[in-house]
Amino acid sequence: MTEHAETSKLGLWRRLYDGKSFPVFVVVLSLLILWYAGAVYMNSDRLIDQYERGKVEWSWQQLIEDAWSMERPILPAPQQIVVELRKTVLEKKITSKRSLVYHSYVTISSTLVGFALGALLGILLAVGIVHLETLDRSLMPWIIASQTVPILAIAPMIIVVLGHIGLTGLVPKAIISMYLCFFPITIGMVKGLRSPDVLQLDLMKTYSASAAQVFWKLRMPASIPFLFASLKVAIAISLVGAIVAELPTGAVEGLGARLLAGSYYGQTIQIWSALVAASVLGMLLVWAVTITEKLVLGRTGREAV
Amino acid sequence: MSDVELKPVIEIEKLNLVFQTADTPVHALSDIDLTVNAGDFVSFIGPSGCGKTTLMRVIADLEKPTGGHISVNGMTPEEARQKRAYGYVFQAPALYPWRTVEKNIMLPLEIMGLSREEQKARAARNLAMVNLEGFEKKFPWQLSGGMQQRVSIARALSVEPDLLLMDEPFGALDEITRDHLNEQLLKLWDTTKKTVIFVTHSIPEAVFLSSKIVVMSPRPGKVIDIIESNLPRDRTLDIRETPEFLEISHRVREGLRSGHSYDD
Repeated sequence: MTEHAETSKLGLWRRLYDGKSFPVFVVVLSLLILWYAGAVYMNSDRLIDQYERGKVEWSWQQLIEDAWSMERPILPAPQQIVVELRKTVLEKKITSKRSLVYHSYVTISSTLVGFALGALLGILLAVGIVHLETLDRSLMPWIIASQTVPILAIAPMIIVVLGHIGLTGLVPKAIISMYLCFFPITIGMVKGLRSPDVLQLDLMKTYSASAAQVFWKLRMPASIPFLFASLKVAIAISLVGAIVAELPTGAVEGLGARLLAGSYYGQTIQIWSALVAASVLGMLLVWAVTITEKLVLGRTGREAV
Repeated sequence: MSDVELKPVIEIEKLNLVFQTADTPVHALSDIDLTVNAGDFVSFIGPSGCGKTTLMRVIADLEKPTGGHISVNGMTPEEARQKRAYGYVFQAPALYPWRTVEKNIMLPLEIMGLSREEQKARAARNLAMVNLEGFEKKFPWQLSGGMQQRVSIARALSVEPDLLLMDEPFGALDEITRDHLNEQLLKLWDTTKKTVIFVTHSIPEAVFLSSKIVVMSPRPGKVIDIIESNLPRDRTLDIRETPEFLEISHRVREGLRSGHSYDD
């Protein structure tokens, strides 16, 4: 019995050593060590200042303990963020203004609306560009130019203009999110709609298929893998767009608002928790697109691009 | 019977095609004269660049000639294409990877607007014709190259054209598969009485399959020789060892040799 337990224990180590978990574990551990060391380094100046002003005797051990438990640190220690996350995610009612779940919900709503609008706009633009040469030449430069304008510069203007015609709240944020995310979809879809080779197009010609038939039976299905590749990029960008849109609106709700409030009051722990929430949301969104892609493409055995 | 067989399907007179390229115009087809009768199995043979594929693409209205006259079923190639007068088999299977085998065969039928039942019936019938019953629900990647090409032949047949245009359909396959498919194709030709035009650069393949062999040469692409084969319609691979077969092969080889310019 003991022997069996020992071999299985050995087996576990063997698995860790051979498998992928060990390198991942080492990388995570190294990052954590770096982070804790960084927290001590960044926060020590202010602490030593305090000690000297208060004429307190201090030891290194004291310094490290204090550096990892400051109320408004320059760089909070990971466990402080975990505590804050537990407080704001699990211990608050999700309808409370202090719950991160509530703020995430606000941001995700405008992200999803913006993403849907962006996907629609991106696909329509691509269809136009592929079918009309004039659109290809006239629209493309504007589309590219639109992406070189810093979103932080244009976001307040969008909000002012839309606010003037009575659109506030979710809509302006969704539009800024759409503005950011349609671009990769247009680019991916143009490439996808143009991906059928000469043979596949000639085949349609021998059937004397109409332009609509070529589109629905050849170009559209051929573009799907390209569409999903760009949707994955776009959904992450639309989350960024929604967060950025919350900054100049002076929003009181949403992850962007949390970031803003945190920086007003020097609540670095709150900022970091909002960042963690945002990256978890981003991962979930990209994962959701990946799952949809697998469902759509999987059956045909086609590889994702 | 002989009256029916002599009905011309394709008539080509003084056909020319010049491609305008950046530096010099390329004379792809030069003064081609050719008649293809109903029920013929015609092979175009020649080295790369002799215009055999181009000539077939002109017949299919995938290229426009720059001079001369051509009619397909008594119409211009464009009218014939719009009436779906032919089935075209390309060098590669060109199956759509997101469609099952059955759906690939149904593609032209969907475009023609046939009823769902008719589409399914034709798909089943033509899959049986190329010995691929039971593969309806497979995706192209699950099939070997030879099977994929057979699906593409079934797809061309499903349109039920009297004229079948085949552009090196077995070029990418190994010799064993190729022999096998050649035999199947001959059987198909014999039973369906279709007119077949077949592009190849293999002499045995051309002689084995054809009732008429058109030997072509490059720069400019022109017809060197037209050989009427007197081999019986129902032939097997064994015929390749007979003196008649070797004699025709010899004449094709002579034609190719005389037409080939070794300027490069």
